[in-house]
Amino acid sequence: MAVTVRRKGNLGDWVFFNLTRLFALLTLLMLVGIIGSLVYGAWPAIERFGFSFLWADDWNPPLDNFGALIPIYGTLATSMIALAIAVPVSFGIALFLTELSPAWLRRPLGVAIELLAGIPSIVYGMWGLLVFAPLFSEVQPLLGATLGNIPLFGKLFRGPPLGIGLLTAGIILAIMIIPFIASVMRDVFEVTPAMLKESAYGVGATTWEVVWNVVLPYTKVGVIGGIMLGLGRALGETMAVTFVIGNTNLINSASLFEPGNSITSVLANEFSEATPGLYTASLVELGLILFLITLTVLVFSKLLLMRLSQQEGRRT
Amino acid sequence: MNSNLLLQRRWANRIALSLSLLAMSFGLVWLIWILLDVFRLGMSGLSLQLFTEMTPPPGSSGGLLNAIVGSLMMVTLATVLGTPIGLMAGIYLAEYGQYTWLGRVTRFINDILLSAPSIVIGLFVYSVYVARVGKFSGFAGVIALALLVIPVVVSTTENMLKLVPNSLREAVFALGSPKWVVIGKVTLRASMAGVITGILLAVARISGETAPLLFTALSNQFWSVDMNQPIANLPVTIFKFAMSPFKDWQEIAWAGVFLITLGVLSLNILARVLFRQKHRS
Repeated sequence: MAVTVRRKGNLGDWVFFNLTRLFALLTLLMLVGIIGSLVYGAWPAIERFGFSFLWADDWNPPLDNFGALIPIYGTLATSMIALAIAVPVSFGIALFLTELSPAWLRRPLGVAIELLAGIPSIVYGMWGLLVFAPLFSEVQPLLGATLGNIPLFGKLFRGPPLGIGLLTAGIILAIMIIPFIASVMRDVFEVTPAMLKESAYGVGATTWEVVWNVVLPYTKVGVIGGIMLGLGRALGETMAVTFVIGNTNLINSASLFEPGNSITSVLANEFSEATPGLYTASLVELGLILFLITLTVLVFSKLLLMRLSQQEGRRT
Repeated sequence: MNSNLLLQRRWANRIALSLSLLAMSFGLVWLIWILLDVFRLGMSGLSLQLFTEMTPPPGSSGGLLNAIVGSLMMVTLATVLGTPIGLMAGIYLAEYGQYTWLGRVTRFINDILLSAPSIVIGLFVYSVYVARVGKFSGFAGVIALALLVIPVVVSTTENMLKLVPNSLREAVFALGSPKWVVIGKVTLRASMAGVITGILLAVARISGETAPLLFTALSNQFWSVDMNQPIANLPVTIFKFAMSPFKDWQEIAWAGVFLITLGVLSLNILARVLFRQKHRS
């Protein structure tokens, strides 16, 4: 009797173990499957254009001529603008939440930031198009008259005040990723051992000196990891960008006021109407490029964040 | 000299802290502004019609009934499909594979899939399903959304199971239970609130996802509950209506965005409350 019960348990154990392992393996295979299917789908375009796909700037479906330069430029430019705005702001927010905020405000503000990170991106995109862009077109001449006069960088801010364009997309992206970066930075700042901070305060350091000379050096790996995580989000974001980037495959000048296209917005606008063949394959190759870029950024981010948590175990 | 330095440090501190306060208000102002607009413009578009009529052709009034029903169907099916897979994989990571190579690699990959661009998931489902079957369909949308559910459920399940103290497991082992009974009847039950939190978060995440539906479920202007056909859904309808120049379409889009935002925020809050209640005691 006792023996049969035990054997039953063993069988159940075997089945359950292998079942869970199978599904874990399935999750793993998803990544391989995504890359494999994208390479397969993009193959006609890869074969036809080779590496020149990356820097050709002609996107002409009727002539079957495809180059990814403008979408790649759009993706990188909007993400960089977003980071340039979001990183300092998120740092300020994290600093406020960990060092400045009165204790009773800390939780509600933290929760608010986390809730906002969950709002779907279509909300940001639609608001950007219907509310922000019309207002921003009023601000653009002002930017042109001030920032536009800076030598070298000035030409980034001169151009027709359309409201939509690369800069608008960058700003909307920034608003969207601020909650992400800020909440990672806050978590990372909180890792700093209280003893380190207190000893710095003890020798008379100001709050700012503690943050800049103790907290930031201790957590810099994690801070960079958090920024990379935000970058990963910005690069792959579709809806917040597609609404406001302008959706054109021609770029006439270096101005950030120009409408453009990002990889995601090209896919969102053209994929379901693309003719099979080279057109579809080129769009899939765009997706593959996007996936490889974000994959690199996310792997890097994850490795940095892991290093911080290892360090945490060693030093405290 | 000395007091000069002190003054300088004090001022540097004051400036930095004021900037930090400014950053906090800067961040909050945008987000409050957006939420207020969504509530203001969305509420004004809210009417009974929204829930009783189909999406209209341009230039006439109508509702979102087919889109709401389509979204509910897809989100429900995707959750039902994705949750068990994510749950099982999460159990493996927490209970069996903590120190194996498969566990380590899967955990790493899962964290990356968690932030992978959702539009690429759409492309993936398009090439392995839609292109093979030859048509856009509700099922394709369900698969795409289920693939987004999995990483969320995997990571919360794993984290929640790890919170269960080992002494609890050992106590049940000592009674002679096999491991799968320990996991199913004790570990999983002890972390039930956390696991449900994860599922709620996953539902919140997919109910606003637009990009993966663009080339899977597409959209449908008419009433259809046939999952084998393109099916109407809230996000894609909002996208189409908001991008259009028609005023009445834009109004419906605002109402739709309001519904989604409200749904996602309440799911998030519910998840939080559930988790806190359980873990306060």
